[in-house]
Amino acid sequence: MEADPAGVLTGAHYFDGDFACGEGAMAAGCRFVAGYPITPSTEVVERISRRFPLIGGTFIQMEDELASMAAVAGASWTGTKSMTVTSGPGFSLMMENIGLATMMELPCVVVNVQRGGPSTGLPTMVGQADIMQARWGSHGDYETIALSPQSPQEAFDLVIDAFNLAEIYRTPVMFMMDECVGHMSEKVVIPKPEEIEIVPRKLTTKSPEEFLPYVPDENLVPEFARAGDGYKFHTTGLTHDERGYPVMSAECQELNVRRLVDKIRRNAEKIVRFEEEATDGADVVLITYGITARVARMAIDIARKKGVKVGVIRLIVVWPFPEKHIRELAKKIKAFVVPEINYGQIALEVERCSAGNAATRLVSHMGGGVHNPQDIVDAILEAAK
Amino acid sequence: MSRTEVRITGFGGQGVVLAAYIIGRACSVFGGKHATMTQSFGPEARGAACSATQIISDTEVLYPYIVRPDILIVMSSDGYDTYRDELKDDGILIYEKDLVHPILKKRQPSFGIPSTRIAESLGRTIVQNIVMIGFFGAVTQIVSREALRKGVEASVPPGTEELNLKAFEAGLAYFDDEYGKKKTKKPAKAAAAGKSD
Repeated sequence: MEADPAGVLTGAHYFDGDFACGEGAMAAGCRFVAGYPITPSTEVVERISRRFPLIGGTFIQMEDELASMAAVAGASWTGTKSMTVTSGPGFSLMMENIGLATMMELPCVVVNVQRGGPSTGLPTMVGQADIMQARWGSHGDYETIALSPQSPQEAFDLVIDAFNLAEIYRTPVMFMMDECVGHMSEKVVIPKPEEIEIVPRKLTTKSPEEFLPYVPDENLVPEFARAGDGYKFHTTGLTHDERGYPVMSAECQELNVRRLVDKIRRNAEKIVRFEEEATDGADVVLITYGITARVARMAIDIARKKGVKVGVIRLIVVWPFPEKHIRELAKKIKAFVVPEINYGQIALEVERCSAGNAATRLVSHMGGGVHNPQDIVDAILEAAK
Repeated sequence: MSRTEVRITGFGGQGVVLAAYIIGRACSVFGGKHATMTQSFGPEARGAACSATQIISDTEVLYPYIVRPDILIVMSSDGYDTYRDELKDDGILIYEKDLVHPILKKRQPSFGIPSTRIAESLGRTIVQNIVMIGFFGAVTQIVSREALRKGVEASVPPGTEELNLKAFEAGLAYFDDEYGKKKTKKPAKAAAAGKSD
């Protein structure tokens, strides 16, 4: 399906990543945003709150992040593409209702423009330390989808993909920006509406009499019935059967939660997305994402001039993780180098998937800035020995 | 790989961030280059020494922050005190000459303009930053005057284009009058560009 022209500001712009994310959401068809503005994500909702009245969207500044995420879940039940926008402290507060949206299987997008943490940390400065929280920050077993843009242009492009993935898998999708990408301005080209592919809500074709809200299709995803369309059913955060009613039993938990996880896990190969360069014959492969991917490319150029065979995998979709690919690659190379603005999160996943076949070298940065490329060069040279 | 780092500084309210934004937009959207901007966030953006940085390059900008600017544009004396030492040894200094009294260094080509006075003569002090953009364009020739002109026109509030374009032309003209014809100082032509990488 093509994008609704109302939300698409076709042309070449000069935007920061936050504005680009807001424009991307509107191009994706997002028409409901509830949030509690927080640095460094504020510009996303600034943009949206200014433009929504012109395109028929609704923005609500909520009393807090718990309510924001609850409103987004409720709006999603009406079939409206919905989003909330926050940073670390707000992301923590949203976790409860992210779990609720996951359990109710509500498509929505949660934007986290990451800053330094823990707690209020560094409000105006960069971090990438919420990547693991994006995966399992809410309690209970679930799998998530998370994307990480490296530029304002990608903030626009990928948030559209985030909305589409949310629709396909009926799940909240985490859009993991970082302060650096959010606050940097660059050229952003917005295509024509007909060039933007939009996945609409997969509405049920069944009659209200025969419809059951949680009967999965072949992809393990149930069909959707919008609130207000005459379908009367129950929905809950409690473990539920195909009718949506709570059933407190191990058997129902097995069916309900295993499917919730499997709908992502079994489709992981379809969801994973990364850019790969020069990994064939490489001794060292970098695993990068977000702003760190750009800085790492400087290091790669320097290391190559020193004769090191170095390749790179840039994660575009961070979760699910390209597990199979990393497993295979680990058998062919000496080491992975993982630069990230945290004390080792994706590095843990790389190390797990390497299964002892290749070394994993973390280049950590505690946040508030990006890596000095030389630190990454040093790690590459060490790893190549 | 050419990479030119620019820092613009002044006091909050002078339009420091807008100036950087217009330069970036002109270079990238209208000038065929890559331009990555970052800016100061916090109370300094509301009155104290405010700053924005711009990296202009023929290829994609990988490292988004400046290390040592090739060009320092200074619109307040506070900004000069804060940032003067980071300018490259052979970097270009562009300054508001009524407000900033720099200690000029031999190897740093320097260009002063009374941009506030010029803006006042046009009727609105607020366009001081646009005068400065014109002057910057003439000094550095980092991007065509036409691209910069389009950048200004597209970025100022609707209805104020004419005044802002006048301010832009006044900045260009000041350079041509004071530095261009006399040939006491040639355009720096982004003299420091391309040396940083």
